[in-house]
Amino acid sequence: MSAFRVEVRVMPRAALLDPQGQAVEHALHALGFGEVARVRMGKHLVLEVKAASRDEALVRARAMCDRLLANPVTEDYDLAVEEGAAR
Amino acid sequence: MKRVAVVVFPGSNCDAETLAAAHAAGSDAYFVWHRDTDLRQADVVILPGGFSYGDYLRSGAIARFSRIMGAVTEHTRAGGAVLGICNGFQILCEAGLLPGGLMRNARLRFLSRPVWVRVEQTDTPFTCLYEKGEVLELPVAHGDGRYVVDPRTAAELEATDCVVWRYVRDNPNGSANEIAGVTNAGRNVVGIMPHPERRDAPALGGQDGARVFHSMEARHATQHAADVRAVDDRHLRV
Repeated sequence: MSAFRVEVRVMPRAALLDPQGQAVEHALHALGFGEVARVRMGKHLVLEVKAASRDEALVRARAMCDRLLANPVTEDYDLAVEEGAAR
Repeated sequence: MKRVAVVVFPGSNCDAETLAAAHAAGSDAYFVWHRDTDLRQADVVILPGGFSYGDYLRSGAIARFSRIMGAVTEHTRAGGAVLGICNGFQILCEAGLLPGGLMRNARLRFLSRPVWVRVEQTDTPFTCLYEKGEVLELPVAHGDGRYVVDPRTAAELEATDCVVWRYVRDNPNGSANEIAGVTNAGRNVVGIMPHPERRDAPALGGQDGARVFHSMEARHATQHAADVRAVDDRHLRV
């Protein structure tokens, strides 16, 4: 068993309105960052997972996302797994 | 007299009003703790409003896995009536017992004010005493009330008359198709974002919500539940 650092990025579905992202976008424009064309806002989770291999950590993390960490009706997620403990 | 289980989660805050509204309608209503596994022969289950588990991760995402939800799912499968109000609606969506999901209000603000909804369907256990097309004034109190659903499912909900209440005059939270409440294909599980339990007596500013609870006592409400009795956390057909 080794430790893996799993990073999960959960984003609202692209087709859905993201009012939080829009509010941040407006605030950036108000501060003079006119170059910002679009902001979308999601969640970033960092897990420390014990697994026999990187693949196993990935499979388990995907199951965690499907069951709990992301809602398939409203969100998409992607995963990054690297060896070593979460900071 | 119907047995009505009001489930209490950590962070529920409309449980007492919901229990009172069910009592006022003549039901034998009682609380069930989220750690329980037994609905104690409930005919109807109500998941009340509030902020279960602080709305952490997503509203309803953690409550959906609490121990009692196994019994609630069984009850649902056996055709028993279930109502989710506000956070209860969010929990039912997270559990996959109702289609769609609830996201942050389109204009971000937490909304605590009256809204108007039209009763679209009267063949559910919670609307059978209303007239189709009646407009009700009910309060909302939510930050995550925007009902979202993919366009195909939305079309299906419309085609199968599963939209039970629809916002009229304005769409306070940006919900798809102005949806304020839905039912499942079996028409025994119902979710509503506004709070009928907060408008069930003139002293509360109106009683447009009272018939949600009186409907449970009406015959139609328990067509199914009459044949279904929960024993511990299992359901037997008798």
